[in-house]
Amino acid sequence: MTRIVDHPILGHDEREKETVTITFDGKEITAYKGEMIAAALMANGVHKFRHTEKNNKPRGIYCAIGRCTDCVMIVDGIPNVRTCVTEVKEGMSVKTQYGRGEWESDKNE
Amino acid sequence: MNNYDVVIIGAGPAGLAASIEASKAGAKVLLIDENNKPGGQLFKQIHKFFGSREHKAGVRGINIGTELLNETKSLGIDVMLNTEVCGLTSDKKIWIVENKEKSREIQAEKIIVATGAFENSVQFDGWELPGVMGAGAAQTMINLNRVLPGQKVLMLGSGNVGVIVSYQLMQAGAEVVGILEAAPSIGGYGVHTAKVARAGVPFYTSHTIKKAYGTDRVEKVEIVELDSNWQEIEGSEKTFEVDTICLAVGLTPMIELVWLAGCEFTYLGGMGGYVPVHDRNMRTTVDGIYVAGDVAGIEEASTAMEEGRLAGISVAYALGCIGEENAKQKIDEIWNKLDSLRCGQFGEKRRTAKDQILEKGEELIK
Repeated sequence: MTRIVDHPILGHDEREKETVTITFDGKEITAYKGEMIAAALMANGVHKFRHTEKNNKPRGIYCAIGRCTDCVMIVDGIPNVRTCVTEVKEGMSVKTQYGRGEWESDKNE
Repeated sequence: MNNYDVVIIGAGPAGLAASIEASKAGAKVLLIDENNKPGGQLFKQIHKFFGSREHKAGVRGINIGTELLNETKSLGIDVMLNTEVCGLTSDKKIWIVENKEKSREIQAEKIIVATGAFENSVQFDGWELPGVMGAGAAQTMINLNRVLPGQKVLMLGSGNVGVIVSYQLMQAGAEVVGILEAAPSIGGYGVHTAKVARAGVPFYTSHTIKKAYGTDRVEKVEIVELDSNWQEIEGSEKTFEVDTICLAVGLTPMIELVWLAGCEFTYLGGMGGYVPVHDRNMRTTVDGIYVAGDVAGIEEASTAMEEGRLAGISVAYALGCIGEENAKQKIDEIWNKLDSLRCGQFGEKRRTAKDQILEKGEELIK
């Protein structure tokens, strides 16, 4: 189990009561309301978030506090969104980013 | 444009403590943080703090965070979250962007920069694979996000961060296959290292990572022993099947904003690199700009809180909110606490480094 439901110090995780649905590369996944995108993805077994521009190498999280930008993805059509510090929202679309990513302009109109 | 007596950037332990002192003294305070919650890295510190009772030793970081937040609430301090500070000038103008949408400028009389630090990394073959992450990142994942980044973990670095996070990974249900330390001896406090050792985690001193293997994620790691000249000993390689490699190899102060403001710096390896020159009152070389916490040199949350209090009181005095005698008494009290936090085997080094910064401060700050 990837989610830490019961913890010896933090106790039981109550957030399981409120969930939202987001999509990762088109596939629906369940996330806890208010959690970060990176957490929701890792809880659903996703560890590869993007591919680098020069060498097309896979990357995941590195700092998890919004500094290193290793975890950036295309979120609701916007590339380079730091998924470790961006909260999930119902119906949010999250996509693997390749290189610098591309804007999906039709979604931002 | 909004005007504030004091704008504090960063709502971690230093920023929160600074805001409380400045506000108590009667200053109009604004506390800004980029994140959606205040507390900085305090809320992932689920272990009990070290030191004496007056430094809240024996109290878990999360509970200290809650206490500080309650105090800022009861004092009615203005807190702006989801707000990024993008610029800072020597005449105390602050450029902020709220919720990634609204850009505006704030004018402050005094600014306290408490931006904290970020984790270092080291390079080895395969270091960029998903699954290689900062130890603090893993700590954020397990204690704040409550998601395990992996099941089998190798930790590089046996300082306090390395051993504390190893223990917390086990509390969260992961297996820690070993803790590597490039130096010949373990770096963390005895109380923390003993806990992981008792739990059966092997320590590999004079060892480092040679290579991480995997296609889309870490699958295996190869470690190697180092000789007394830090050279790899051929034939000493060992491999472990792991899905996560945590790097606990120090922190670097987040100095960009202080740099923008034009403050003078000094380089001190023991404090994490370039740190803003400051004096005993946490004043930088730019009039009206103060620093506190890890941005002023890497230490611990307990010292960060005391430095925050120092900065808050100094600012309140500079604004005329409190008298000289009152300020002096409070500042001396805090320095006594800081001195007692900076003693012993580990504290002494930090104290020596801090003294070098202060010495420069005496020279440059009038």
